Amino acid sequence: MAGVDYFLQQLINGLTLGAVYGLIAIGYTMVYGIIGMINFAHGEIYMIGAFITVISYVVLTAIGVTSLPFVLAIVLLTTAVITGLYGWSIERIAYKPLRKAGRMAPLISAIGMSVFLQNYVQLLQGARVKTLAPVLQGTIELSHRADGFVVSVSYLQITIFVLTLVLMSAVTALVHATPFGRAQRACEQDQTMAALCGIRVNRAISLTFVLGAVLAAIAGFMVTLYYGVVDFYMGFLAGMKAFTAAVLGGIGSLPGAMLGGLIIGVVESLWATYVNAQYKDVAVFVLLMLVLLVRPNGLLGRPSVEKV
Amino acid sequence: MLRGLKESFLVALLAFVLLLPLAGVHTGEVVGSMALEWRWADTAIAAALILLGRAGLAALAAGALPVVFAAGLMAGTGALFITWPTAFLRCAAVAGGYALALRALLIWLEKHPVHLAGLLPPLITTAKRRLTNFNTLGAFLFAFVIVMPFLPFSSRYLLDVGIMVMTYIVLAWGLNITVGFAGLLDLGYAGFYAIGAYGYALLAQYAGLGFWSALPLVAVIAVVTALLLGIPVLRLRGDYFAVVTLGFGEITRLVLINWTSLTHGPNGISGIPRPALFNLEFARQATEGMRPFHEWLGVEFSPVQRVMFLYYVILLIAVIVGYVVVRLRHLPIGCAWEAFREDEIACASLGIDRPRIKLAAYMLSAMIAAIAGAFFATRQGFVSPESFTFNESATILAIVILGGIGHPVGIALAALFIVGMPELFRGLDQYRMLAFGAGMVIIMVWRPGGLASTRQPIAKLGAGAQETP
Repeated sequence: MAGVDYFLQQLINGLTLGAVYGLIAIGYTMVYGIIGMINFAHGEIYMIGAFITVISYVVLTAIGVTSLPFVLAIVLLTTAVITGLYGWSIERIAYKPLRKAGRMAPLISAIGMSVFLQNYVQLLQGARVKTLAPVLQGTIELSHRADGFVVSVSYLQITIFVLTLVLMSAVTALVHATPFGRAQRACEQDQTMAALCGIRVNRAISLTFVLGAVLAAIAGFMVTLYYGVVDFYMGFLAGMKAFTAAVLGGIGSLPGAMLGGLIIGVVESLWATYVNAQYKDVAVFVLLMLVLLVRPNGLLGRPSVEKV
Repeated sequence: MLRGLKESFLVALLAFVLLLPLAGVHTGEVVGSMALEWRWADTAIAAALILLGRAGLAALAAGALPVVFAAGLMAGTGALFITWPTAFLRCAAVAGGYALALRALLIWLEKHPVHLAGLLPPLITTAKRRLTNFNTLGAFLFAFVIVMPFLPFSSRYLLDVGIMVMTYIVLAWGLNITVGFAGLLDLGYAGFYAIGAYGYALLAQYAGLGFWSALPLVAVIAVVTALLLGIPVLRLRGDYFAVVTLGFGEITRLVLINWTSLTHGPNGISGIPRPALFNLEFARQATEGMRPFHEWLGVEFSPVQRVMFLYYVILLIAVIVGYVVVRLRHLPIGCAWEAFREDEIACASLGIDRPRIKLAAYMLSAMIAAIAGAFFATRQGFVSPESFTFNESATILAIVILGGIGHPVGIALAALFIVGMPELFRGLDQYRMLAFGAGMVIIMVWRPGGLASTRQPIAKLGAGAQETP
């Protein structure tokens, strides 16, 4: 089984997974950057995104829309908009009243929100796994070995890479070159000062949540198409790994989140292939601990300055 | 008023959009076969209820108290007699109506204290003072807990719930040392709980140790684990520490699941021996060299005896742990933890060795969790990795924080609330966890400091000392 080809194939699979983790991780890292809170409900937002993808896809096909690109575009848009609204509402209900309440209260509120959302989806849509028939089939063969092993990239994987790349560039541009991005970065540095300069701090925070939710929703959309299964519990592990990715890359850093996501995806995929599949999650967490020991602020994180 | 109405409509519209895909469309078990079912009516009714509720709140804000009170009362009562599409909507309508009426009443009472009879206010303040004085309340609770098994209404079920609540109280008091005293966020506390439970289960299975002889060993194992994990990890800043503990909790669970040759994986370990009282065993027939308890006492055998014994074992553990936790706060190390929690830099400039006190808090917490874990294993007679998920860590953390960080009696009450309440409402099993999650959010928004918030440090510089922000 071994060989360069096999390794390459696993690398491609791992990078696909990593792109998804990276997109979810951006939501964690931005929210942490701006209000210093671990948004535990973020994994659940991703789960809701995946569910809305399945449901809107089924509804569209049921009412007889057949053109696949059109269906996918509408599904993506619906998922992004509704999940973004979920992100906004969650922030408004569970976190905004706790802006000045210290570090622990919003965290517990977030854990409560996460439990609530899981059970909300479970009650409304059932506890069983939902499956979606493969949507975008077909692969491109990269290399062909004598013994018949083929290294390939599926169209879906290409879609995921392209979409992730586009989104990453868009978010980077948004944060670095728009009024919202400026406001957001200002709030990240000093909220009081930003408010004194006339920046609407609450709006910047709300929009950060919406942005994170939209990215998580698109990650949910991609995962649903890629694996074809969703269940109400899927947000937990994905969220945890994405958060690990954000910390690994250096929390607060956008490229760091993506890099962390890719590393975790690849490590998970390679570990499952070459070592053993059961301990792949253990490997991810051990890697995180090791990195933090060598670089306490993550791979691309800035060292924090302690203010008196 | 107009603005309130407009806002209400916007909120209802938002709710409708949010509910539509998840509540309005029900997909069948297999999506491929297109079992689609539309639930427009339910979704529209839910959105309408939200509209009414929001409008009620807007009216409250505008000062229409009697109107809202009457309308809420009528709506809540009326909702009882209408047929609803689902039981959930009925519950929501009834609860919402009464909650609005109650809120109107409370606001009115706040605004019109003079209208109350002259006798009432002092009575209320006294009762309030008595009840909020958590030490008095704690003493009452404690006396009740001691005699509870002998009271006429006590039953095996009640004892079981009591044992569970006390296990969580012990766990929460243990976690309180790390989270409440030292202000470090530990998200993987269930890891040490698991180490305690599996430690005892494995020691009993492979070394044939009993509960009491295994207890100190288990505590040592947990402390050593905490030491090995803590030395490198406690150098990290607060939130990174939280993540690493989260990882630790998950790793422990995954290892327990996957190391099948030692732990039997997801099947767990069964047949864990029950604790004995010196040489008395709580079984119909004792093993060699032991005596059955009922024979020694000269009464009929009954399984309740064992449950009662377990009840007093965990009570004893809780009393010891509680005593230690309360005393710790007054020791120099307790003051050092609080200094660290309130201001890290000031604490370091006082010459306090931060890594060392952090390590001490972490190890003590781990030890208490392991003791609770060993008790859990011996009570259940069975352990499996399922009992030590992240939800477990989150529940214990929620107890500590709901209880008001650092307050032992508040924590005990929060444990009663979080563990006991869902247990009593087992009939509503479906909505239990939904209500649990919503309750956590609501309590945090309502009282961000927890039920009994005392963040006052034990040691303070005179009356003029300010609390740091």
